[in-house]
Amino acid sequence: METLLNDFSPGLFVVSTILMLALIALMVKFAWKPILASLSEREEGIQGALDAAEKAKREMANLQADNQRLLQEARLERETMLKEARELKSKMIADAEAEAKTQANKMIAQAQEAITSEKKAAMAELKSHVAGLSIEIAEKVVRNELSNKDKQLELVESMLGEATLN
Amino acid sequence: MKIVQQSFKFLALAVLMFFSSSISAFNVGGDGGQVSGKQEVEEYIVHHLKDSHDFNLFSYTDDSGERKHFGVALPVILWSSEGLVTFMSSEFHHDDNGQVVVEKDGLKFTKIHSKIYELEKGAAAVSFDADHHATNASKVLDFSITKSVVGILLIGLLMLFWFSRLAKQYKKKQIPTGFGRILEPLVLYVRDEIARPNIGEKHYRKFTGYLLTVFFFIWILNLAGLTPLGFNVTGQLAVTACLAIFTLIIYTVSGNKDYWMHILWMPGVPIFVKPILALIELVGAFIIKPFSLLVRLFANISAGHIVLMSLIAIMFTLKESLGVVGATSLSFVLSFFLLLIELLVAFLQAYIFTMLSALFIGMAVAEHDHEHDHDNEITSDVEDVRGDFI
Repeated sequence: METLLNDFSPGLFVVSTILMLALIALMVKFAWKPILASLSEREEGIQGALDAAEKAKREMANLQADNQRLLQEARLERETMLKEARELKSKMIADAEAEAKTQANKMIAQAQEAITSEKKAAMAELKSHVAGLSIEIAEKVVRNELSNKDKQLELVESMLGEATLN
Repeated sequence: MKIVQQSFKFLALAVLMFFSSSISAFNVGGDGGQVSGKQEVEEYIVHHLKDSHDFNLFSYTDDSGERKHFGVALPVILWSSEGLVTFMSSEFHHDDNGQVVVEKDGLKFTKIHSKIYELEKGAAAVSFDADHHATNASKVLDFSITKSVVGILLIGLLMLFWFSRLAKQYKKKQIPTGFGRILEPLVLYVRDEIARPNIGEKHYRKFTGYLLTVFFFIWILNLAGLTPLGFNVTGQLAVTACLAIFTLIIYTVSGNKDYWMHILWMPGVPIFVKPILALIELVGAFIIKPFSLLVRLFANISAGHIVLMSLIAIMFTLKESLGVVGATSLSFVLSFFLLLIELLVAFLQAYIFTMLSALFIGMAVAEHDHEHDHDNEITSDVEDVRGDFI
């Protein structure tokens, strides 16, 4: 202990205290302050960048979810539209068919009507023609029958005979 | 492969360093020239551990038996009985036993075991008593630029140079290049592993500058002590005392109300215990804490130097029993491994000093609530553990 105290140099103590104070002051001013400031600035920068990246990631995920949702909606819409179109198409076809059928029926009915009326007219004409023809034939037959006298007389007689009966 | 190469380079460097330190260690200072006996080795080691007034690189004895010294003389600045006296240390002619008396401004000075004494009026030479204490001379206040002061100045300038350059690098780029890339993780280490956890997130910024300065100062000086330059700055009580007192002042000044409350009037204990606890706490805060800091650093570094030099001295002390080759190789192998351990100790002591400083500061600025939370945590942990066992 005595040697230790003997070795202790008050002069060196004072000098080293002064030098250390100066060193601490200079180091703090010229080294540690700027270094620590830049380090924390850099760390904050890194932290900020990480946060921003995280945020961007989250936004991206949101965006993707949105996209997914939109896509889903679009798909649904397309499906409904397709369904509607299909329905419309079948309806239109059905309508067209129905209309066509009624039209056809109508036309058939008209045709049938026309046919019947034509037939009637033809029949009437045929009848009148047949009647004319029969009269002509009858005329010719009568004329032929009545060309000789005997026969005329016979006829007159038969007719008279008939008339008397009546 | 690269790692192997690197470690090989490191080993080569360590060997080189060690060789040169082993050669130079026994040539620093001293007038004995050759060293052989145990007594002389001991004296040599004691001499090395002391501060010296000149920066001696190496000495040798030439053919005519004259001792030659190579080194730098340093200025001696004394506060004597008649005010300031300055002269160069070369005027002592490497004498360390009070043989050479320097006369300056009518006052006579002599150097005994690295201490400068002022002779009493009228005395021409120093007279010693039986214990080799000077009887007609007294110590003067010695503000000389000693070897330790040179060490502090050199390392201080080196630190300023390195770290201000690192600081400038940040102005241009985010990530430092070159040597700054080595310094940056060390700075981050001190900030994140020493200052932040021990002082707490809220207050650590204020004290980081001091802790960083102390950490690098001690570490680099410890390492410088392992080089052939033979600095022993952190093994000087005056220097470690100065550092410890800085820490003491910082945690005393920045101590908050809770800190003083816990020292002077400990809450939660019976009233008659409080004064006793206050006494113990005061002694702890003002004497034990700084004393443990200053003695730990001083003792570790001094012990390292003593053991390293003793192992190197095996070369001389075991020469007879083991032969020159045996003693030399044993000395080389042992001191090589010790040097590796000392490299670790150099870092460890810087770390411990900084860590404990941070811890003491942290205790002084700790918020009361946090402490209680902490206590509760511990008790609940204890309860949990107890529960597990029962």
